[in-house]
Amino acid sequence: MTALVSIKQVYKSYVRGKQRVEVLHGLDLNVEKGEFLALMGPSGSGKSTLLNLIGGLDRPDRGEISVAGQRIDSLSSGQLAKWRARHVGFVFQFYNLLPVLTAERNVEVPLLLTKLSSRERKRNVQAALELVGLADRAKHKPSELSGGQQQRVAIARALVADPTLLVCDEPTGDLDRETSDSVLQLLELLNREQGKTIVMVTHDPRAAGHASRRLYVDKGSLADASLGAAA
Amino acid sequence: MKYLPLIWAGLWRKRVRTVLTMLSVIVAFVLFGVMHGVTAGIDQMVNQMSNSRLRIQSRVNITEALPLAHRARIESVPGVLGVGYYNFLGTYYQEPRNQVSTGAMDIGGLRTMFPEIELSQEAVDAMAQTRDGALIGHDLAEARGWKIGDRIPLKSSVWMRKDGAPDWTFEIVGVYGSARGKVPTNELWINYGYFDEERTFGNGTVTLYFVRINEPARSGEIAEQIDGLFANSANETQTMNERDWLRGRVAQIGNMAFFVNAIIGAVMFTLLFLTGNTMMQSVRERIPELAVLKTYGFSSGAIVSLVLGEAFLLCGAAAGIGLGIARLASPSIFRAIGAGGLALPWNVIATGLGVAAVVALISAVPPAWRAQRISIVDALAGR
Repeated sequence: MTALVSIKQVYKSYVRGKQRVEVLHGLDLNVEKGEFLALMGPSGSGKSTLLNLIGGLDRPDRGEISVAGQRIDSLSSGQLAKWRARHVGFVFQFYNLLPVLTAERNVEVPLLLTKLSSRERKRNVQAALELVGLADRAKHKPSELSGGQQQRVAIARALVADPTLLVCDEPTGDLDRETSDSVLQLLELLNREQGKTIVMVTHDPRAAGHASRRLYVDKGSLADASLGAAA
Repeated sequence: MKYLPLIWAGLWRKRVRTVLTMLSVIVAFVLFGVMHGVTAGIDQMVNQMSNSRLRIQSRVNITEALPLAHRARIESVPGVLGVGYYNFLGTYYQEPRNQVSTGAMDIGGLRTMFPEIELSQEAVDAMAQTRDGALIGHDLAEARGWKIGDRIPLKSSVWMRKDGAPDWTFEIVGVYGSARGKVPTNELWINYGYFDEERTFGNGTVTLYFVRINEPARSGEIAEQIDGLFANSANETQTMNERDWLRGRVAQIGNMAFFVNAIIGAVMFTLLFLTGNTMMQSVRERIPELAVLKTYGFSSGAIVSLVLGEAFLLCGAAAGIGLGIARLASPSIFRAIGAGGLALPWNVIATGLGVAAVVALISAVPPAWRAQRISIVDALAGR
């Protein structure tokens, strides 16, 4: 396998109030193409910061981040926005669907930035909703769907533009155990059958158990999850 | 166009707030349309008034009568093509509040003096054969439901008949019209000869003369010549062309354009706060949603476009409805100011839509600026 995501000596700090908090210090990480990586760790350990850097939502203070051979740490905000539109699908803990749009309109959002025609967009949206098993709920608004269904719509939205990388931040954090399992099985299926590279942040060891590799983030550094669990 | 569902959905996120804001914008632009429509209507009326026809009244005031004998002397002035005359009657129908604008005139010369009047030769002939006949304007006929053959009993608070009664009954023999408000069509016209014979005083006098001239450019010079004929007499005249006369009347009301602009300016200024507040609230509530859009690659420019689009849709649609209502209401308003047949000019509607665009732009700039500066990480973390 080849490294899809390559992170070298990345440093990241935030200013909170009058204090500068160093979150990541000299972190190195490779994510292979087709890998399903789980990042675990306590709150404030830096795992979400790392995920934001991988997804191009934020930029490091120092260090290099390459995705599919392209350096993204030096891109401008506008270039980064275009890069995200082409390469990354996001799944959030609280789904973050637009409440005023139907499921199909929510899924269509990333496609609005492409040059696809209305008919092509509709076809892709239909395919994505079928993939997550919600084709019959296309016309429903998020408030008319259960939590698990909303997260499936969010996954369909993340997939619809066929991104290089799927970035999931606590995708089961707001779901009950049974629904979590079905969402995780869906992610596993996408990884196995569609070859999607997935990086997932989770607190839940059961969720991490669905990943092909688990890493533990603590105080801005990485360790194997088994070591983290033992610590 | 592909962003329209997003813009539309954002607009209706809080239905009640959007509807109330739209109603405010609609009311403001109805006011804009009506007030600017009235000034534009008056301008149209002034421009449509003839400058090849002079209007003569007593130099003292409009109620002071002029001798009918002036006519022959006016006709002798070089450049004068014809002279008509007119006498006001203050009349009402059934009750004093039902005023009917009535004028006694030389009906035979009416079409020559006022070629813009639409009147059939049959109606003119009928007036010649019916001493107590009357012609009524389209608007008056419509407003009162009067028709040819009706006998209309009117009372005058000024003019008594020889038998001492204030009652004047006329038979309607024709209806006159006028293209696009050139002549008010809310009056009732009777034969001067009949009126003059029947009244108890003021016989052989008129309130106004109308004079057709051959060269509009010489209207001032001819007016001076006419007034010169009667200078230092007991019945001095004041002559001016119709357009200048109406312009003078309008000027007496005051600077209409200034009043209208001041009122509309205040309304629009207040509206800015309302729409600005609505847009600000709307964006503030959607910071996480806008952050999600940015996450998926919407650039800052695209986010600004969405906010601007929402403001333009809100203000544009509401202003369009408001101006539409003003246009529908304008014929009644113009009729009320004596300019029946006119409609709200398209340039007022275009200006209104332009003002709506400016209101939308100004009210959307602060929230758009805020929206494009959203930090995705902070917004998604709820900071």
